[in-house]
This record gives sequence, structure tokens and C-alpha cells, in this order.
Amino acid sequence: MRRVVVTGLGMVTPLGSGVEATWSRLIAGDSGASQVTAFDVSDLACRIACSVPFGDGSDGTFNPDQWMETKEQRKVDPFIVYAMAAAGQALDDADWHPKSHEDQCATGVMIGSGIGGIGGIYDASVTLHDKGPRRISPFFIPGRIINLASGQVSIAHGLKGPNHAVVTACSTGAHAIGDAARLIQFGDADVMVAGGAESPVNRLALAGFAACRALSTGFNDQPTKASRPYDKDRDGFVMGEGAGVVVLEEYEHAKARGARIYAEVVGYGLTGDAYHITSPAPDGDGAFRCMSAAVKRAGLQASDIDYINAHGTSTPMGDELELKAVERLLGEHAAKAAMSSTKSAVGHLLGAAGAIEAIFSILTIRDGVMPPTLNLDTPSVETAIDLVPHEAKRKQVDVVLSNSFGFGGTNASLVMRRV
Amino acid sequence: MSDIAERVKKIVVEHLGVEPEKVVEGANFIDDLGADSLDTVELVMAFEEEFNVEIPDDAAETIQTVGDAVKFLEKNSA
Repeated sequence: MRRVVVTGLGMVTPLGSGVEATWSRLIAGDSGASQVTAFDVSDLACRIACSVPFGDGSDGTFNPDQWMETKEQRKVDPFIVYAMAAAGQALDDADWHPKSHEDQCATGVMIGSGIGGIGGIYDASVTLHDKGPRRISPFFIPGRIINLASGQVSIAHGLKGPNHAVVTACSTGAHAIGDAARLIQFGDADVMVAGGAESPVNRLALAGFAACRALSTGFNDQPTKASRPYDKDRDGFVMGEGAGVVVLEEYEHAKARGARIYAEVVGYGLTGDAYHITSPAPDGDGAFRCMSAAVKRAGLQASDIDYINAHGTSTPMGDELELKAVERLLGEHAAKAAMSSTKSAVGHLLGAAGAIEAIFSILTIRDGVMPPTLNLDTPSVETAIDLVPHEAKRKQVDVVLSNSFGFGGTNASLVMRRV
Repeated sequence: MSDIAERVKKIVVEHLGVEPEKVVEGANFIDDLGADSLDTVELVMAFEEEFNVEIPDDAAETIQTVGDAVKFLEKNSA
């Protein structure tokens, strides 16, 4: 089987635009959560979110004009703009800008989203109701549907290989990277631009996720304390927005052009809980089988894992079930591994989460430092696993596991290794 | 330039993101101002909204330049 390596990284997150801007704040223990002021939240149960810091592009702020023409931004939901920015950063980082027909055809895109343009669908529904069908824009559909993130990126960069999009709720970003890696392994492409993008910070999505009882509602006055995975006072996740995109490349292809290699994607597991539409299965077996499959595919043992980036959303049930599944996976080696949830800092980016967390995992290998789990004052259960509370920790990391679990009982795990 | 022409120009500049000086009477939306077929549909919608008129599809097809739009709207808007 052909080997797949990561040669480019890009992200837009609530901590900033760009990998280094985000990563430095993540390691410093900053939180991206704040009270929502962009729209009326007075009647919502959850009034906080992790929003992308817009600005002129300096100091790590996000300036969309750097990544997409203003008139094009107007036609699409923000998830597509975030995807364009993250993909542009990743391609620049990989120094891969294919010009020949052959290179363009060997490069594909697989950027997914959990729910796509829900904000624009909400707005258009109001327009339809108030003004009738003749006022629905011709850009309504192509600006909202999920695969248009991949479509727009391919058009902007001339990428003519496989053009695909994953939609598996909060597992989307991890599935996209795993599936894109397989396309390279099978020879459908030599290079894949893969990841996830999400823009759910609006009234409709906040109301919907609150109705599912998934969001934190007890920390509206202390937004930075709300996302607290494994802590006894956790009461739900904090919604985040943004995008994460990686450039995946066939190993020999990357070597031949002298590309910098961050890590190798060695393992990928996918399973289904077959249990409930929103709740994880109480036995955690789907998560366990998912991680096990990824480790087996990597040809490694669970004891080889140095760092785990948890799904860890800060929901009362999910965190402990994942922790138990990880303990089952690690067995007697639990005390050797460390696991943190970066959702404590950036919130839950839904379909983008798996992609940005895969990038955080890769940076842990690069820098030998593990990002913290913020607000973990009192763990709700005892564990031998180091959950990296409050502060980042230095450690030599060679093998990482990144977990993502989604509504519908869909699970994805990635294993990446230093090359 | 008439009031209608000014308002048409403003809409075209805003929707197509082009320099105002390029929006001259003879400018073709697709050939000269970089619009695609969806842009022209949206432009017609914007004219309808601004001038409170209904532009039927067969009439919309004849509106291909800035001048076409101004002429149609001068004739049909209240």
C-alpha cells in the first residue's frame, strides 16, 4: 500500500487565523469562548460560543479578503470562506501549487462539513416567507451545500482530481482526512487537500443544539469556563466555528519534490454505534473498536501511543464513555499515555473539529508539547491517564491518536506517526 | 446621467464588484463586467427589488448591457 504523509497545514479557529496563531494561543492556555453579540441571544438557553476573531489579518485575526474575493464571500456561507482560507494556507505551507495538467489531475479535494450553510438556509427561509420565491438568490443553493467547500477550493486552485465531501456530523474532519488518505493509497490521487469546515454560530443552530440538550447552558456569564471536559461541573459543549485543512501526499511524491513532512497517516478506523441518534452507546464499544481498528491498521500496539487528542466535548455522558473506551484500549499502559481535549479552548467545531484536532496532534509531534485541557479542576472520575489539566506539558511525542465521534453513532480515529 | 441610470450603476458595482468607471452604457454584463449566468439572474432580481417592478424571464433575457437595463427600467418602473 502507498504511504501517505502530511505536508501542509491550514486553519481558521476561534483562537485565530493560521496554524501558528492558533497553536501559540492554544499552548498558552487561552480560551476562544465569549458571549455572542453578533445577534440576539437573549431568549436562547446557550448565549456563548467560540467565534472566529475577524480583523484586518494582523495579530492572528481573520481577514476573509485575503482568501476570497469580497463579492464571492457575499454569495456563500462562512464555512466556505473558512475552507478557502484554511485550504489556501495549507497549499502555501506545502508549497504545492500545481500548474501542469498532470499535477492538477493528481490533486483532489475532500473538505466536509457537519451541517453546511445552516445560517444562509435560515435567512433564505425568512425571505421566502416574507417576500416569496422570486426573491430567492441564484446563489442560495451553491452557497450553502456542503460539497461547495471542495468545489470552490478546486476552482480557485485548479485541482482536477477527486472532488468529494464528507458529511458525518462531528466526525466529518477525521473521516475526510482518513478517506482522502485512502484515495492516495489506492492511487486515485497523489495529493489530497482534506479537512472540514463549519459555521454554525447562529440563532437556529444554537436553538437546535440546545434543544438536543447538547450545549452548555450554565456558564453564560463565564464563557471561558464553560468548556470543561472531564470536569465534574461540565454541562455540555460550546459551539465553535472555523476550518482545518491538511495537504496529504503520497510519500515518494513528497520526497521527490523535497517537501517538508510533518507526519505520516498510518492508521484510520471507522465504526458505528448502532445505538442512538444523539447519545453515544453506554458501553463505549463503538469508540473502542474504532480506535482499535486505527491502531491495528497502523501496525502498532496501543502501548505505542504517546498522545491522544480526545473527542472530549464536555458533555456529561460522552466524556466519561470515551475515557473508559480509551482505558480499555490502553490497558496496563494507561499511565504512560496522555490525553487532552482541545475543545476546552476552541469549543466544538463540529465538522471541522476532527481536522483541526488532527493538526493539533501533528503539532504535538513537531514541537514536543501537548496542549492542555482547560478548566479541568476536579475530574468527575479517577483515571491513570494524564488528562493534561490547565497547562501545556512537554513530552517527546512520536505517535498520536485523534478521536472524533458524531451524531448518528459515527466514529472515526486517526493514528499519525513521526516520519 | 439619470437617476435611474445612477441607481442601476450602483447595483451593478455592488453585485459584480467592478470599478464604477467600467459600468458604462454599452458594457455587457457577461462579456465586459465578468458576470456569469447566475450573476445576471441576481442582477435582475436586484433591479426588481430596487425599482419595485417585475421583470418577466423573457424580458430579463433581453437585458444584457447596462444600457438595456436602464432603458427597460425607464420604460417600466413607476
